[in-house]
Amino acid sequence: MSTPSIRIENLAKRYRVGGPAARPRDVREAFAKLVATPFRRLRALSAEPSSEDETFWALRDLNLEVRPGEVLGVIGKNGAGKSTLLKILSRITPPTRGRVELRGHVASLLEVGTGFHPDLTGRENVYLNGTLLGMRKKAIDRSFDAIVDFAEVERFIDTPVKRYSSGMYVRLAFAVAAHLDPEILLVDEVLAVGDAEFQRKCLGKLDAMAQGGRTVLFVSHNLAAVQKLCETALLLHEGRGVRLGPASDVVRDYLSTREGDGKVARFDTATRRGAGWARITDARLLDESNSPVGAVACDRDLVIELSVETTSPSAQNTLRGLVLELIFCADDGRPVLSLMNVDDAVAELPSSDACHLRVRLAAPTFVPGRYRLKLFLGIPFMQHVDEIDDALSFDILPPESPWRPYELSKSHGVMCRKAEWHCEARTRP
Amino acid sequence: MLYSLSTPFSNFDFPYPTVMSFDHSSPETVLVIEPGERPLWGELSDLLHYRDLLYFLVRREVTVRYKQTFLGVFWAVLQPLATMVVFSIFLGRFARMPSDGIPYPVFAYLGLLPWGYFSGSVQRCSASLVGNANLLSKVYFPRVLIPLSAILAALVDFLIAGVVLIFIMLAYGMVPAASSLLFLPLTAVTAVLALGLGMWLAALNVQYRDIQHATPFLIQIWMFATPIVYPGSIVPERYRLIYELNPMVGVIEGFRSAALGEPLNWSSLAIALASGVVLLIAGFWQFRLMDRTFADLV
Repeated sequence: MSTPSIRIENLAKRYRVGGPAARPRDVREAFAKLVATPFRRLRALSAEPSSEDETFWALRDLNLEVRPGEVLGVIGKNGAGKSTLLKILSRITPPTRGRVELRGHVASLLEVGTGFHPDLTGRENVYLNGTLLGMRKKAIDRSFDAIVDFAEVERFIDTPVKRYSSGMYVRLAFAVAAHLDPEILLVDEVLAVGDAEFQRKCLGKLDAMAQGGRTVLFVSHNLAAVQKLCETALLLHEGRGVRLGPASDVVRDYLSTREGDGKVARFDTATRRGAGWARITDARLLDESNSPVGAVACDRDLVIELSVETTSPSAQNTLRGLVLELIFCADDGRPVLSLMNVDDAVAELPSSDACHLRVRLAAPTFVPGRYRLKLFLGIPFMQHVDEIDDALSFDILPPESPWRPYELSKSHGVMCRKAEWHCEARTRP
Repeated sequence: MLYSLSTPFSNFDFPYPTVMSFDHSSPETVLVIEPGERPLWGELSDLLHYRDLLYFLVRREVTVRYKQTFLGVFWAVLQPLATMVVFSIFLGRFARMPSDGIPYPVFAYLGLLPWGYFSGSVQRCSASLVGNANLLSKVYFPRVLIPLSAILAALVDFLIAGVVLIFIMLAYGMVPAASSLLFLPLTAVTAVLALGLGMWLAALNVQYRDIQHATPFLIQIWMFATPIVYPGSIVPERYRLIYELNPMVGVIEGFRSAALGEPLNWSSLAIALASGVVLLIAGFWQFRLMDRTFADLV
């Protein structure tokens, strides 16, 4: 067992609720507090806030060891402490308690293109960004050509980056970070930007770094990426590390406990458009045992259950004649598949004021990644009755059984289908 | 990789060979992160490591400052020059302000030039941390580099405005004295004063934005407490001691004497230097007390 690259002991971080607002921020506020509650003010002025309700623990007593060469994914809901952990490890913010030891050169990437200035040229930004990330000028000189090559911006390297397309900008920014060559790399959700091809390139680079013995700590909402890239994963919940283990197990655990998002979506308060006399009230993604889940593997059937009802119970208003459409969108919002109940002759909505629908899309479904579901209810060519843009999000996970020798990534498209193939041997004429 | 298969194709999707090697025998750098202040030596060695960043930060400041302006770098000249003209007309000509026997425009410009550097530095410095909030919350680097780069970038404007001084003096039939070489140490003293004050203001500005309202006001009042548009000699002798407690008195009079080849007032310069060092240490101290929390506050 080698010495860990990252050793975290009892790490905790406390924020004042609402940031520093609990402290008097200006004279007026200070005066108001002084008059209202003299004792409160005294307490707020002391360095240690004594009452627990004024503070918020973003991280509580986290212990963790990461071996050299390990690629660890950190997952958890928003506010679980993922970013705080990364900010402490990156030395952006100090911990309140505890201790961290990092062995080796650390590079952290909390954002792609930190410090990029629109008025500076590509070349100038490479140097500025590189030195900000802790590189020496000589090191940048050495890898400059490789950076420009990786970013594919040779012709524009002396053009101000404000004239770049967003794709070029992101490529150049990531290229700098990719050539940092640290021993420990801390990465936040930076891969959420750029097109599929670029994301594949980034993941490839990260994977190559990991293969080269680098320790990588990868924070992401993209569960498919975590599963693909990381051997182990850490699940954070309310600032505590609740599960550490093989990435696929931890992701599955997380998905089965995750509430709201991806399981049952109720639309009582959703932003919606349409006439509104009938409504889609909820939608859920089901697994094989019919319990709501947040993700399914791409080689399993995709089952979605929906409820529809009229809003005013009266005899004329029944659901009959309405068309229900499900539009699956990729993570960037691009629609990739539309399903309508009228596609299936037997699926007309009943003459009642409420109904349940179950839609089964036979496997294989989509390439692993995150998808969003858009719902539409209406009378064709006449009326939009109910329309919900961001009804449900869910993850499509990598296949459970072997699929093909190549990886399924979005650069190969969005849909997963299997075709019938015929091949005949011939002799060349 | 989680589901790569052991076929000859399994690397097909990854055209990036594992070219990087990891040298376990290299001397290990261990970084310890704990609550509280960092040891001073650690910070100083970081400063040394990030010295290239300082250069590129200054370069960014300088390059960006006059981008997409019609007059470009001429702005650096226009400000002290226009001020000089206005003061020469109203104070020099109409109010007949004494100017120690030299043409009033030269006299005023000799005060406005170093003052412009000082006030510009302090103002840019105090706004620098808040203006770079995105950097503070996204990446670690020695925070001191931000105010420091503001001070150094302002030097470029000072240099350009300094060249104009030569032409103004020549136009009035004067030649800069050999003692003008003292501009170098005098500029250093000015920079130290501006940095000390600027660091202090920049750090406080992160938490209390009052600073950005107070700074221009402070600078304006300070200008009239400094012999820029009037000679220090009009201050009555009995107030002279209090007057010289303003470190900029010694600096401005120093610049003027150096350019004209007159003897320097060493006692007021000593006050300037001493207060510069005190301000620098105090400013750095204040800065260090706060710099780890900038990202949480900004």
